[in-house]
Amino acid sequence: MRLRIAKKETAGGWRAVVIRVTSVLVALIFSGLIMAAMGFDPIAAYLAIAKGSFGSARGLINTVTVAIPLLIVALGLSISFSMRFWNIGGEGQMVMGAIFATYVSHQLPESTPAVVYWVGMALAAMLGGGFYALIPGLFRAYSGTNETLFTLMLNYVAIKVAVFLRLVLWKNPAAKGFPQIKAIPEAAHLPKLFGIHIGWIIALVVTVFVAVYLKYTKRGYETRVVGESERTAHYAGINVRRVLVGGVALSGAIVGLAGFAKLSGVSHVLSESIGGGNGFSAVIVAWLAQLNAPVMILIALLFAAMEQGAMGMELALKIPVSVSDVIKGLILFSALASEFFISYHVVIEKGPRALLRQYRRLGQKSQQAAEAAEGEDQA
Amino acid sequence: MTDTKKVPAIEMRGISKAFASVKANQDICFSVEAGEIHALLGENGSGKSTLMNILSGIYLPDSGEIDIHGERVIFRSPRDSMAKGIGMIHQHFKLVENLTALDNIIAGTGHGLFIDRAAARAKIAALSEQFAMGIDPDRRISTMSVSEKQTVEILKVLYRGSQILILDEPTAVLTPQEITHLFQILHRMRENGQAIVFISHKLNEVLSLCDRVTVLRQGRTIGTVRTDLTTTTELVEMMVGRAVDLSIDRPVVQGSGLCLEIEGLSVLDTSGVHRLSKVSFQLGHGEILGVAGLSGSGQKELCEAIAGLQIPSEGSIRFHGNEIVGKSPREIIKMGISMSFIPEDRLGMGLVASMDIADNILLKDYAFHKGPFIDRKAARAKARQIVSQLAINTPGIFHTVRKLSGGNIQKVILGREINLNPRLLITAYAVRGLDIHSSYTIYSLINEQKQKDVAVLFIGEDLDVLLELCDRILVLCNGEVTGIVKASAVTKEQIGLMMAGESLQEKEVVL
Repeated sequence: MRLRIAKKETAGGWRAVVIRVTSVLVALIFSGLIMAAMGFDPIAAYLAIAKGSFGSARGLINTVTVAIPLLIVALGLSISFSMRFWNIGGEGQMVMGAIFATYVSHQLPESTPAVVYWVGMALAAMLGGGFYALIPGLFRAYSGTNETLFTLMLNYVAIKVAVFLRLVLWKNPAAKGFPQIKAIPEAAHLPKLFGIHIGWIIALVVTVFVAVYLKYTKRGYETRVVGESERTAHYAGINVRRVLVGGVALSGAIVGLAGFAKLSGVSHVLSESIGGGNGFSAVIVAWLAQLNAPVMILIALLFAAMEQGAMGMELALKIPVSVSDVIKGLILFSALASEFFISYHVVIEKGPRALLRQYRRLGQKSQQAAEAAEGEDQA
Repeated sequence: MTDTKKVPAIEMRGISKAFASVKANQDICFSVEAGEIHALLGENGSGKSTLMNILSGIYLPDSGEIDIHGERVIFRSPRDSMAKGIGMIHQHFKLVENLTALDNIIAGTGHGLFIDRAAARAKIAALSEQFAMGIDPDRRISTMSVSEKQTVEILKVLYRGSQILILDEPTAVLTPQEITHLFQILHRMRENGQAIVFISHKLNEVLSLCDRVTVLRQGRTIGTVRTDLTTTTELVEMMVGRAVDLSIDRPVVQGSGLCLEIEGLSVLDTSGVHRLSKVSFQLGHGEILGVAGLSGSGQKELCEAIAGLQIPSEGSIRFHGNEIVGKSPREIIKMGISMSFIPEDRLGMGLVASMDIADNILLKDYAFHKGPFIDRKAARAKARQIVSQLAINTPGIFHTVRKLSGGNIQKVILGREINLNPRLLITAYAVRGLDIHSSYTIYSLINEQKQKDVAVLFIGEDLDVLLELCDRILVLCNGEVTGIVKASAVTKEQIGLMMAGESLQEKEVVL
């Protein structure tokens, strides 16, 4: 018996869904084994995670709150990714969005109506994120710079800018020497609906926008053609540079919006940690969802639940929070592996002797004929 | 026991192979002698590739047996097949571009830790000499022409001691001269006792080169015939299943006047070398102007300059009297100029491989839809029309283009371009690698366009086709026009000479 890998004739459909779901289960089993090896009870741990994330109204609210910026960033990045522009600068674009939004909130007079605050800050955040993504976008379009390194490095620049603002330029004198930026005014806070700040509505609107944009608009179509082959795009009369630069800017603008949602909805104070790692987690979310916007809602919720639930787990069972990172990592690994099983399958073959017997049986007649002929020759 | 019968090099009996519901091979029998060049003929999808993939160990047959030099074998992987001395030369070369020929040839052959380059070089030199290949083992692959790369592929297989060679459409990418050279190599291999399986669509090549032909149709063996006892007509009938008229129409069309006028057109490549120099010609409506030339003589640059994809260094291109040099590709598409260039890999330009047929049909006209959204309804209707009109073999219009076979991919491109109702249709290598049936469908489509008063610039490889289909033929050599001749008044040999650089400007065939 031997194993052989063969390409599947038909891939996709609901079987692909089954394979993907199975891969998540496999990851959970492996994480469980790791926890067991560390001396923890995995079942209790999973129950604690489930309870912490979805088990109570409080937990559910927290989970959704964590999922909001994650989802928005993933949606923004997916526009870049569909052009094969490997934007891993989500963290920086989100921080830059929050910086711009903070600036606007500080400039507007105290009496400004809430709606003006929200709209002004949201637009500023999009401008900030978009501008920040535009830099590597322009370099890539006009001089072919590698965007992966470029966007990655810009993350650290944005974070250091935020640090500089906090320590020097925007240091709040009212904070009694404590290096902190002035909080945004109360009026600029996002109101709550069903106990969650209305960032969730923003996230849903962006989901619909991204899904429609990529699938049904001319620009979205061009985006996908450019991602596939710049030569083909050029041939079809598409202005490749304009699509690339525009797409990257839009991508950054959406990511910047996540910075506003986090700032106005949760933190209320700008700090360098406002990105909270969303820029990186979102890369995984976008890929696991195969750049499919509605699916990203589910994945973002799952990731948020893991993070939220892990805190409950630590409180209840003293299992370190970082176990949730292990689980996330394993899910990513098995999701990548599942792509292999969607296009290929493993065939268990009979051994060579068994095969030979089978062929002999099938070709017995010609075998006999050949033997007969040999006999005649001998005669 | 005395061996009175000659043992065939390859003997495949009762081979069957099914993919899901498709029976790709049914009870196929195929036998090749040592020292024989044996052609395998069949339309696209007749089961040739499946049969050869079975022989080279890529697929396991569902049933049937294979004897190699009289020994029963079961190939479970390409390695098993190679071990029995079977080598396949694929259409797409599998060479590492920035390594030398020597390194490519010896890659994967050594067993020890070190490589004895001197011995390998000597062996390669001997082989190259024996088969008159003229390959320098120390040249990088990236500096070689398509024909030389192919020769390296053949050397690679011979180096491993193959006694059986399978060549999959080896002439599709070669010029007439290069084909002659390849045939010389193959003749020497035949004399040397090697068995050669030659897969091709070009019947005259098959008849002139091969000893016997096996024809497949719809996964079955139709028969094996000796080439000296058959004719093209008979072979076509075996392939298609009915008699086919092989002559190509050349309808007489009274065109409505001048369409394209090119004067002194020159195109430089990135390193400043002239790819086209001082090309001038005129093309009228209702006319097919053929372009002949060795591959890389400037055909691509000509197409791309007209389509606005390359900026000429000098000269003018006037369409209906308007200068189009400097206009964007989209403006040129909008004016009614449609260009399709089928590259060697077929997918390189013109199609988005991961999108479905309907979305690929959109590529050229989505920009002219009103508003910010794409009108997919119209595209779907168009896609359905093109699929049925060109008999594209696909499960549906939502099938990913990458999963179509080469011929069908080409039909999608050409169908889309014709569907745009262009005034000027430029088509390069439209029938590259297509079987007879599909090729003739495409010739009649092009003639249909001509009768609709469209001006057609037809860049082709097959001189016989150019001579029959086109009204006039422009011959390019090293980016220069060596003549524009009337197709009905010129011979294949004359065109061949012009392709090699001899100018026929002064002779009477010139218009």
